[in-house]
Amino acid sequence: MANLLNVQSLRPISVSIPTVSSKLELSDLLGALKVRFGIGRNNYTITSGLYKVGKPDSQSDVLVSANYKLSFDVLRKNLDSLNVWILVIDTKGVNVWCAAGKGNFGTDNVVKSIKNTSLEHIVKHRNIILPQLSASGVAAYKVKEQTGFRAMFGPVQAKDIKAFIEAGHKATPAMRKVTFPMKERAKLISVDFMNAKYKLLLAMFAFFIFSGLDRTGFLFMKMFSTSLFPLINIFGGYVAGIVIATLFLPWIPFRAFALKGAFWGLILTVLLYSLIEVSYLEGISMGLINISIASFMTMNFTGSSTYTSLSGVQKEMKWAVPFQIGFIALGTILFIISKLV
Amino acid sequence: MQYLRNVVTLKLDNNLCTGCGMCAIVCPHAVFEINKGKAHIIDIDDCMECGACAINCRFDAISVKSGVGCAAGILNGILNGTEPSCDCTGDGKASCC
Repeated sequence: MANLLNVQSLRPISVSIPTVSSKLELSDLLGALKVRFGIGRNNYTITSGLYKVGKPDSQSDVLVSANYKLSFDVLRKNLDSLNVWILVIDTKGVNVWCAAGKGNFGTDNVVKSIKNTSLEHIVKHRNIILPQLSASGVAAYKVKEQTGFRAMFGPVQAKDIKAFIEAGHKATPAMRKVTFPMKERAKLISVDFMNAKYKLLLAMFAFFIFSGLDRTGFLFMKMFSTSLFPLINIFGGYVAGIVIATLFLPWIPFRAFALKGAFWGLILTVLLYSLIEVSYLEGISMGLINISIASFMTMNFTGSSTYTSLSGVQKEMKWAVPFQIGFIALGTILFIISKLV
Repeated sequence: MQYLRNVVTLKLDNNLCTGCGMCAIVCPHAVFEINKGKAHIIDIDDCMECGACAINCRFDAISVKSGVGCAAGILNGILNGTEPSCDCTGDGKASCC
């Protein structure tokens, strides 16, 4: 079974079925922050099974959720004044959409949870409400065939669940659509930045050392006095690719993410070259490198985005990856040459 | 927001479609509309190949090669010689979702 609860408010209150609050506590919010910054992310699960919100009875709605605590918290936060059951299925601590894509939030798992919790004895009706984004893993008609429960797909976002229930289990077209506003994109930046931190430090360290190269050998003084330009470029390439390109994602007309990142890398190159005085060769070499870094980082954001297709990313990578490798290799060689001439 | 043009593998077989409307319900990008008792694809470039429509179509009228539209996942797949995988749950540190 899943991991034990680690949050006080989620400890079972009644003996058989635990009740959870629709209010989040400080510990929930701190936990969410830690997840965003990648601290102990893999343990952010809650125990699967049936939970109560308010005082549900045999006529109350059953909402299905993943056992990723952030998903669960977002759901219960939006259930204020409702009396409902929450059926938490074991998605191995992964959010709804990703778990559905990987099969953990799948038909079999939903069927198993309905049977394990004896849901047919707890409610008289035969409906469950699934998050819409679980549809890439759950075939509603198969759940019905195997359990007798009609699986309805609720809205994409938990904030619409109340309106969905009040409208008699109907979602408006807007509730069915996934959006990707700047606020949502901004939330994902910290995770991407933390994921890439070792690559960033390694690249910065390498160019710090390269800066000391000289035709007479290796000069420590030169390393300290000339490494500023390459270090700013590398760090800038990361920021351009992860932060700037992500925040302004739809503002850049190119569709390929690698090009969106490369665009901001080019802007950075022009900016830094005009601000800091370096040789022509060093300026070009660092431009190639930061464009490559920014392009790669933004291309990686396809995984966090909500609208990229597998076929599309494969197509993009076919030309983008060789170009990124070529740019960073050529840039590194030119940088070393610029130090030796 | 729309991704690359003319690349997704989504296919709808109008002969098998009964117009039940399930695809239009599950699609997170409003790719389908139901018109005169049949589903129609409004703009195929809106599709992200999540596969929700295909697995929820009990008449097998929809096919799509679904998977993770994730560069890190595709790189993982190439490096490990497997299908593209995000590795969200394994021991690996990679987490793309």
